[in-house]
Amino acid sequence: MVNIKELSQIPERLTGGHRLCGGCGATIAVRQILMGTKNPVVVGSATGCLEVSTTIYPYSAWKVPFIHNAFENSASNMSGVETAYKAMKKKGKIKEDIKFLAFGGDGGTYDIGLQALSGMLERGHNILYVCYNNEAYMNTSVQRSGATPFGADTTTSPAGKVKSGKDRIRKDLTSIVAAHHVPYAAQATISNWKDLVTKAEKAFATEGPTFINVLAPCFRGWRYPAEKTVEMSKLAVETGYWPLIEVENGIWRFTYKPSVRKPIADFLKPQRRFEHLFQDKNKHLLDKIQEQTDEHWAYLERLTSISCAGEKPAV
Amino acid sequence: MELKNSREIPIGGKITKAGNAEEYNTGDWRTFKPVIDHGKCTNCLFCWMYCPDSSILVKDGKVTDVDYKHCKGCGICAEVCPRKCIKMEKG
Amino acid sequence: MTKILPLTGDHAAAESMRQINPDVVAAYPITPQTEIVMSFSQMAANGLVDTELIPVESEHSAMSACVGSSAAGARTMTATSSQGLALMWEILYVASGLRLPIVMHTVNRALSAPINIHGDHSDGMGARDSGWIQIYCENGQEVYEMGLMAIRLAEHSDILLPVMVCQDGFITSHAIEGVSILEDADVKKYVGSYVPKDPLLDISHPVTYGPIDLQDYYFEHRYQQAEAMRTAKKKLPEIFAEFNKFSGKKYDFIEKYKMDDAEVAVLALSSTCGTTRYVVDEMREKGIKVGMIKLTVFRPFPMEEIAAACKNLKALAVLDRADSCAAQGGPVFNDVCTANYTLLDKKIPTLNYIYGLGGRDIDEAQIRNIINETVEAAKTGKVKKLINYSGVRI
Repeated sequence: MVNIKELSQIPERLTGGHRLCGGCGATIAVRQILMGTKNPVVVGSATGCLEVSTTIYPYSAWKVPFIHNAFENSASNMSGVETAYKAMKKKGKIKEDIKFLAFGGDGGTYDIGLQALSGMLERGHNILYVCYNNEAYMNTSVQRSGATPFGADTTTSPAGKVKSGKDRIRKDLTSIVAAHHVPYAAQATISNWKDLVTKAEKAFATEGPTFINVLAPCFRGWRYPAEKTVEMSKLAVETGYWPLIEVENGIWRFTYKPSVRKPIADFLKPQRRFEHLFQDKNKHLLDKIQEQTDEHWAYLERLTSISCAGEKPAV
Repeated sequence: MELKNSREIPIGGKITKAGNAEEYNTGDWRTFKPVIDHGKCTNCLFCWMYCPDSSILVKDGKVTDVDYKHCKGCGICAEVCPRKCIKMEKG
Repeated sequence: MTKILPLTGDHAAAESMRQINPDVVAAYPITPQTEIVMSFSQMAANGLVDTELIPVESEHSAMSACVGSSAAGARTMTATSSQGLALMWEILYVASGLRLPIVMHTVNRALSAPINIHGDHSDGMGARDSGWIQIYCENGQEVYEMGLMAIRLAEHSDILLPVMVCQDGFITSHAIEGVSILEDADVKKYVGSYVPKDPLLDISHPVTYGPIDLQDYYFEHRYQQAEAMRTAKKKLPEIFAEFNKFSGKKYDFIEKYKMDDAEVAVLALSSTCGTTRYVVDEMREKGIKVGMIKLTVFRPFPMEEIAAACKNLKALAVLDRADSCAAQGGPVFNDVCTANYTLLDKKIPTLNYIYGLGGRDIDEAQIRNIINETVEAAKTGKVKKLINYSGVRI
C-alpha cells in the first residue's frame, strides 16, 4: 500500500535547481516515478525537455547515475547499460540490485524512438521505460508528434484559415507496447499520484520489460495557467481522455474509472491549443473528439471485460 | 561559476558532482512565492507530491518550509492544497 | 605457441573477439560483416565466451547499446559495414565524444546508392572525422592481431577513444588464409581486465553522462577529444612495442617496402598492398626504383611518418579506394598531400588514383600502369593528370 508519508522519506533523486519551466508536468511525473523504488537506480533519458533542462553543463540535477545518448535511442541505450549490469553481476563484479529506468518524451517514444523501444521490449530487457507524454515536441516549441491529439493546434499542425489543427488521431502506444507480450504496461498521470506510484512500484518489481505512459501536461504547449497543471491532468482522467489502465501479462484492467465520464469539452476548453474548436464552424470537430474518446473507452471496456470478467479494478 | 579550461574538466563532458544543480539558483525566476500557513496545514503532503522543483521541504512527515532558492513560484502547491493554506504573495 | 587455423577475415575477427571475451557485444547483421556476428553468436551458444549478446534491431541501436554498455563500465565490442556504419554515424560521434573505448570491426563495403555489397573504403572514409581511431588491415592475420591490439589502444588511460579495425569486404573477409593464432591464456594476459573510468554502475559515485554543453563548454570538450587523438599518435609507438613484445609481430603507422632507395612510390591501404608488393618486386627486377608505402593507421593520420618516407621521392602515386566527390581527389590523397606539403621543403609530384569502387578488382596490370605513369611524372617533374581513375569504363 502506497503511503504518502513513507514516500516523503525516500531521499529526492531529482534536485531543485533544474531548469524546466516552473509548473512543468514532466518533472512531477519523474519525481513520482522515482518514488516507485527504494533500490539504487540508473536513469537514462532521450534528448528533450527533461534531459536538456536537468543536465546543463556543468550542473546536473540527478543525484543518481544518469545517461543521455541521443534522441531516438533511450531504449537501446538503456538496453546496453542493463546488459552490462547483467554481464558484470554474473561475473560477481557487482553485488547491488540496481533498477534501470529509461525516460523518453512522446516525440522520443511514439515517433523517432519507437523502433528502439520495440527492440528493447522484444528482447526482454529488465528496464522500466517511462514516456513522459506532453503530446508534442515541446522542447523545440510545440510541434506535432504521433501522440498529439486530433484537433490540437501545434506549430506544425496549426489552426488557420483552411486547417483546424492536427487532422489525425493519436497513436495508441500502450496497445502497441502490450502487443509485445510484456509482463506490465500501464497508463497513468500525475494527478492520480497514488495510482501512478503504485504502477511504478509494480513495474520496478516486475522482472522483464515494463512500460508506463504518463500524461504530463505542459502549460506552455497546451496553453493554460501554470498552476493548473495537476488540474489538467485530473480533467484528462475524469473525461476519459486519458484512461487509467494497466495490462499485466496480457490481462487488461482499469485501475480507476470515473463514476460518470465528464464531457470531453471540460478537458478541451481550458486549453488554448483547442480554442479554435469552440468556434461554431468547428462543432463537428468537437463532436468527433467526443466520439473518438467514447470509441476508445469502448475498446478498453471490451478488452477489460474479456480478460478479467468480474475482477474489481485495482486501487 | 568561473569558466574552467580543457585541462580542468573531466573528459567526455561527464559531470562527476551528482546533483550539483542544487547550487544553481532558480528562485530568482519567480514573481510570486508560496507562503504556508503552518497553523492550518494538516500535513497531507499534496504540495510536496506535486511540486515540480522538489521545493517543498518535508521532515518526518511534516511540511517544514519552502526551498526558496529553487522555488519558481508556479503556484501548483497553492492550487492543490485542500485546506487552502498556501498563499501566493509577491516576491 | 601459436597454431595456424584456416580462417576468413571475418572468422579471424571473431577469433580475436573470442580470445578477448568482451563483457557485451551488441551487433546487427550486414553483408559482409555477418559472418563475424554469426560466428561469435555460435561461440556464445557453445559457452566459449561469457559475453552477453544483444541482438539489436538496427545498427543505430547497436552503437547506442554499445555506448550504454561501455558507459556502464563493460568492455564492449561490435562489428558492421557500409550502410550499417552509415546508420550508426550519429552515434559514432556520441561514442567518441563520451570517450568510450568501444572496439568495432568494420568490414569495408561500398555505400549506397547504388547499393553494392562489395569492398571499398567509402564507409570507413565517410567516418574519418568522427573521432574514431582507424586501422586498415591488409589480410586476415592483421585483422586478428589488430583486433587484439585495438583493446589496448582504446582502453589506454590517456587515450580512451573508440577504435575501428577495418578489412576489405569479401576480398579479406571471405577469403581463407592460414592465420597464426596465439594462446588463449597469453591473449587474456595481454588484454588484461578493463578498468572503466567513471562507470554508470558505480552507484556510490553517481555520474551524469551526456549533458548539454552550451557555447561556454562545447569547444573545451571537443578540444580534449582532439588532444586525445594527438595523444594516440604519441602513444602508438609504445603500444606497438608492447604488442611486439607480446606477439613477436612488428607493426607501425606505415609499412615501408623497398623504400630506402626508391625514386617513385605507391601509397595504398589494405588488401591492395598485397598485389602492389608483388608488382613492386617485378618492376624492381626491371630496374625501376619503386617502393610501396602501406598505410596501416589512417586515424590518427601519421603526417610525420609519411613525409619522412616520401622525403627523397621524385614522384608518388596515392591509391584511394573511395572517392570524396569533392572535385579534388580521394580522402587519402588529400591527407597525404597535406602532410607532404606542410612538412617537406621540396614539392613531390603526386598523382591520385581512384580505384576498386564497389569491389571492382585491381590487378597487376593496373598497378604496373600506375607505376609507369608515376615514373613518367618523376622524369618530367610534372603531373600530367592529377586525379586519375583506374579500372573504370569512362
